[in-house]
This record gives sequence, structure tokens and C-alpha cells, in this order.
Amino acid sequence: MIRTVLIALLAVAVLGTGYWGYLEHQEKNAVLIQAENNYQRAFHELSYDLDHLHDELGSTLAMNSKERLSPSLTDVWRITSEAQSDLGQLPMSLMPFSKTEEFLHKIGEFSYRNSVRDLEQEPLTEKEYDQLKTLYSQSGEIQNEMRKVQAMVLKEDLKWMDVELAMAAQDGPGDNAIIDGFEIIDEKAGQFSESDFGPNAGGVSKNDEDIADRVKDLEEIDEEEAVEIAGEFLDRDKDFEVEIDTTGDGLAYKAYSLTIEDPDDGHDINMDITKKGGKVLWLLEDRQIETSEISLYDASEKAGKFLEKNGFESMALVDSRQYENTGVFNFAHMQDDIRVYSDAVVIEIALDNGDVIGYEGFDYIANHGQKKPAELSLSEEEAREELNPSLEIMEHHLAIIENELEEEVLCHEFFGTIDDDTYRIFINAANGREERVEKMDRAEPVYDFN
Amino acid sequence: MNKQKRGRLTRILVALLVCLQVAVMLPQDAEAFSDQVIQKGATGDDVVELQARLQYIGFYHDTIDGVYGWGTYWSVKKYQEEFGLDVDGLVGPKMKHMLEKSTDFDKEFVHRMLREGRMFTHYGGMSKEAQKGPKPGGKQPGPGKGKQPSAPKDPGKAAPAPGVKPSPETGEAPAPAPEAPEQPSAEEPAQQPEQPAPAPGEEAPEAVPEEGAEENIPDATPSPDEDAVPDDSDADIQEAINTPEGFTDNDIQIMAQAVYGEARGEPYTGQVAVAAVILNRIESPIFPNNPSGVIFEPRAFTAVADGQINLEPDDTARRAVLDAINGQDPSGNALYYFNPDTATSGWIWSRPQIKRIGKHIFCE
Repeated sequence: MIRTVLIALLAVAVLGTGYWGYLEHQEKNAVLIQAENNYQRAFHELSYDLDHLHDELGSTLAMNSKERLSPSLTDVWRITSEAQSDLGQLPMSLMPFSKTEEFLHKIGEFSYRNSVRDLEQEPLTEKEYDQLKTLYSQSGEIQNEMRKVQAMVLKEDLKWMDVELAMAAQDGPGDNAIIDGFEIIDEKAGQFSESDFGPNAGGVSKNDEDIADRVKDLEEIDEEEAVEIAGEFLDRDKDFEVEIDTTGDGLAYKAYSLTIEDPDDGHDINMDITKKGGKVLWLLEDRQIETSEISLYDASEKAGKFLEKNGFESMALVDSRQYENTGVFNFAHMQDDIRVYSDAVVIEIALDNGDVIGYEGFDYIANHGQKKPAELSLSEEEAREELNPSLEIMEHHLAIIENELEEEVLCHEFFGTIDDDTYRIFINAANGREERVEKMDRAEPVYDFN
Repeated sequence: MNKQKRGRLTRILVALLVCLQVAVMLPQDAEAFSDQVIQKGATGDDVVELQARLQYIGFYHDTIDGVYGWGTYWSVKKYQEEFGLDVDGLVGPKMKHMLEKSTDFDKEFVHRMLREGRMFTHYGGMSKEAQKGPKPGGKQPGPGKGKQPSAPKDPGKAAPAPGVKPSPETGEAPAPAPEAPEQPSAEEPAQQPEQPAPAPGEEAPEAVPEEGAEENIPDATPSPDEDAVPDDSDADIQEAINTPEGFTDNDIQIMAQAVYGEARGEPYTGQVAVAAVILNRIESPIFPNNPSGVIFEPRAFTAVADGQINLEPDDTARRAVLDAINGQDPSGNALYYFNPDTATSGWIWSRPQIKRIGKHIFCE
């Protein structure tokens, strides 16, 4: 009897302990993931900051007007302090990172000092300009090393907690890839505005209210008409299997969401069409493209024909890029000789068979047909004078962009180079303001670890 | 001075003869462009060849990386301008033909250097050995661009090939006159002197066999002990890739991990929509302003909270991220989404809904 009770009690105790252990384990894991995420965040943000520090420093080199330079330097200063704070959140007490901190401090001090002073009265001296150049090239080296470490961390799925655990177990930092990487960065540092999406690249700032405004007086279509429009747009007027949904209240406009099964190969094509006016907002085909059979150039021709067929008038190719087996093309509306970047569409072409597998026209639908600014009181020559003298000008266009105040403005668009970097600068054609200075991205090397 | 000049002339002449012989013996179209017109933004072997050939005559001095970016674009335009072609940045048959005539392209060398991730150059008139950058790896950090062995930085000043350097002042470009394809035999020797110019005797034969003869390839490969050391610690830089303006490949990778962790198994548009939500948050003033900030924000994404973010994303997730960055937004500008079957917070139901894709409801 007593034995049975004892056994039962023990069994309960064992089970209880087991369960308690299990809970503890779960909890520990949750905490570990939490801590790991914090480290990962600080680390990736640091690398993002260093990227943008480099870009922003680069842009300041290409800037000329004082009213642009001051905010830009302030931005540099802000990014520097963010980077410093991210650095502080990493478990760096265990490893030497003082030189990078010092480097960031140097940049921060330089940018602060020069952003608070009146650059109108006291412009940057030759020496300070050189200093800026040096800082720029140094930040480039650090950025590059940082990207390499980041690529490694991502590829190998390296964990900061492992580093910490390893250190807790051992006396000092042993052989760890993250630490090694950072030591290189630090050595480099010892030797010496936020993400700005282009006027057309990445239409992430699309405005659903603008679209609603543009279509509000148009006639409403029903589902059948939507299917018809889809078929015409795609130029595949076969018997489609179509599923239709209507968007909810979260959008300023109402639209049909169509899921179309391509009868040829069974892939889904999705598209949204506005209820009023039946405008195709976007379309996407879900297909992995395995080969490149046609060139980017041929694909761009196909993209142009597709636009023409669908009633987009005078569109000009302004940017093209190949991502493996897909070609992505940015088209802007041409108003006489002016590139209207605010009326832009993106077309994606599969390079295996030349099909249109993506179209996005938010900006075009939101902006096309609006009255465009036309006041050109500054000639190209006059605009050139507003440019930084060290910029070698390679190309000039007239362009209408949306500026920071979301107004459409007519600008002189200059492409130019300083050393090996290419910049794009928009000078307002009405008042000579430097509306936007961008450093164009360079192709990114692929880091391969084996 | 005069004697020197004459000496050089004889050397050039000797080299010329060697070259001429070789030119006659070798099939000329051993390595050549494909038929495609090369456009800015393109990637691949044709771009590698284009960059290498432009570098050969000093028109291009950036990295040969197989991506037709801005640097290549300016070089192409400059070439077109100086040789009287349409200045459009498109490399068509005519320009390719001219390039093939006036430059050498050692495909084997260039592609091997690319594979090995070296900082190398492909200027004409320089020994290949000198243009072969050090291998990445070892302890020393990747070499800076400045370390290239006396590669001519400025095409204007670089004059490795007296015959090839286009000089606008002297009117039409002298030797490899583009508009003279009808007399290839006369042209061939005219441009070749550059090759042996620095060290005629040994240079010409070295450059030549590489082009065709199989058995001579080992000659060009680095000594075995150099190759044998596998460097497992450091990165090899391979050919470059295009990334959308404003994003690094690492940003894309992090976002692809988030999309994969959150929405694998969902329809493709659902994955694009999740990526778009991340971007919409970056743009929004109430969220952090960079990908990692948004993704790793505490309690923002379940895949982050439970560690699924660390799964290796598939191609579809990556593709979805690229589509979203290029402007696609099936979510309709949403900032939130949730799975109605598992959502625990009542607050999320109060948000104005935009649409449902797969298992997720997207809302404002």
C-alpha cells in the first residue's frame, strides 16, 4: 500500500519535474530567440546605416547649393549617431571595436560642425572638401567590409547568441567568423537622407487617394466587363478560369481582384482592376523563369509594344534591368521632349518566352492627365551653373518629377560622374533649386563563401 | 631619341610579323559576341566580353563584372561618340564588329579571373600576369582598386596602343579605323603592335596560344601550389548582380527570409503582398525606416518571434521581394496583415480591411 503510494508520488514528482523542465526549456528558447533578434536587428541596422552613410556622403560631394548641403550634412550626422547607437547594442564589449567608433565619431563631428555653420557665409574650403572626399572613400571601404560580414552572417546563419555562449564557456573569443569579420572592419577604420527612392524606381509611395480621385467620375464596370478587360489587356482572349474578389474598405477606391488561370500552362495570373473606369492597376504572373532565351533589348521592345497595344501613348524606356531571367523595365510618359517620371509604369518580361509577367501602373493612373508644370525659366546652361563644378556632366534631359513636397515640378535632369560614381541631379527649371541629388547604385558583387 | 625610336619600330615590326602570321593561322571568330543587342541593365557573358574589350582599348576602367551598369554605359557612349556611331548606349552588330576587329578578348583568362574572384584588368599591351590581381582570401583584406598593377586609369592618358588610342585632334581614329572593315588584312597588323609593345619577344607568343590551342591552356593557369590552397575563410567576389536602386542584396535576402518565414505556402501574390507590407512600413512614418528595423521590430512578425526567420528562403520568396521593390503591391498599400484563424489580438480586427489573399487578410 505504502509502496504504491510512494511510487505514485514519485511518478508524479518525476512527471512534474519533467514538465517543469520542459517549460523552463521553452522559456529559455524564447528568451534566446528574443535576444538573438535584438542583436540581429542592431547588426543589420548598423550595416544599413553604414550603407546610407556612404551614399549620403557621396551625394554631398555632388551637391552644390548650400540649402541642400546643410540638411544633407545633418542627415549624415544623424545616420552616424544611429550607427553608433546600433554599435552600442551589439555584444561588442567582448571585442575591440574602438577604431570604428572613432571613425564614426570623426564623421559625426565633421558633419555636425559644418551643418550648423552658415555655409552661405562660409562655404566649405578646399581642405574641407578634400576631407569629405577622404571620409567618403573610407566609409566606402568600411561599408564593403560590413556587407561582406553581413552576407556571411546571412548565408551561414550565424548567431550572436552562439558567440556569447561560446564566450561564456571559454575564456576568450575563439575562432568565430563574426568576430573575425568585425576585426577586419575595425582595422580598416583604423587606417583612416534616408533611403531615397528614385523618382520612378520603386513606386512605393503610391497614393490610393490620388487613384480614387482620378477614377471617381468614370463609369462603373461589372465583373463580366472586368474579365473582358483583363483578357484584352493580356491579349490572351481564351476561355479563362477567373475568380473575382472585390477589395474592402481599407482602400480609397474599389477594385476587382482577379485570379486567372492561364489555360496554356496552368500558372496563375493575378490582377487588380478599378471598379470605376476599369483601369488595370497591376498584374503579376506566378512563374519561375528558368532560362534566358531572348535578350534584354528584345524584351524591352516587347514591353514597348505591350504598352502601345494597351493604349499608353508616347512612353519611353528610362531604365532597364535584368534580374537573372527576368527583365524589368521602367517607362515614363514623354510629353514632347520631357520625361514625365511621375507618370511611370513598370513592365516585367520573362526572358524565356517574352511574355509580360508583370505590370504596375499605380503612378501612371494616379498622375497621368493631370496638368503638368511647364514653366521653363532656366535654360540648360543656366541650370548647369547650379551644379557642383567637380561633376562631369554626361547626359541632360528635361523631366517632371514629384519633389519632396509631392508637387510635380519641371526639372533639368543631369547625369554626371565624379570619379567612378554616377550621380543624377534634378535642378528645378523654374527657380534653380537643387531638387534632388542621387548617387546611382553600382552593381553589387556577389560574395561567395566556400 | 631617334635611335630609340628606330629600335622600337623594328621591334614592333617583328612583333607585327608574328602577329600577322598568327592572324592568318587562327580562325578569327574563336570568341565572339552572341547576336543580341546589349542594352543597359543586361547581365551575362556578353557584358563581360563587352567590358573586357572596352577595357582592352582603355575605354573602360571599372571592374569587369558582367553587369551593364552606369560605368559601362558611359564607356559605350564614349566609344560610340568617338567612332561616329549612334550614341545610344545600345551595343548592336556594328559596334560589336568594330570591337572584335580592334581588340582581343581572352575569354578563358577573363572568365577564370572572374571565377577566382580576382581584381584583374584586361588592358591591351600589358602582360596578363601583371593584370592578374591577387586572389581574395588569406588574411589580408580584399585589395583596393588602387592596387592594380599600374593599369592605366585614365583612358585619355593610357596609351598602351599607339594605334588604338583614339585621338580626336587627329581627326578620325587612326589605325583600327572602324569604317574600314573592307580591308581586314591591312587592319589586323595595324592594331596588333600594342600587344607586344612592352616586351615584344615573349609577349606575342604568350598571348596567342591562349586564344585557341587547347594544350597551351595549362600555361596560362597559375602554378598549382597557388591554386591548391583553398581559402575557406574569406569571400570570393564573383560576378556582380543587379539590385534595385536603394537596396543591397543583403537587404533583399533579409526580406526574402521574412517573406518565406511568414508566407511560404501562400499564393505568390500573397508573398509579394507581404513583401510590399514591409516596404510600406519602411515608407510609413510610424515604423522604422529600413528593412531590418521593420522586420526585427519586437512583436511585429511572428516568423521573427519564433525564429522561423532563419530558414533559408526559396527562389519564390526572393522573386516576390524583387517584384515588390519594383513597385508591385497586391496588398493595396497595406500596413498590416493577419491570419484570421490564428489572430489573437482583437485590435487587428478593427483595422479597415483591404483584401484577403490566401490565408491572410491585409488591412490599412
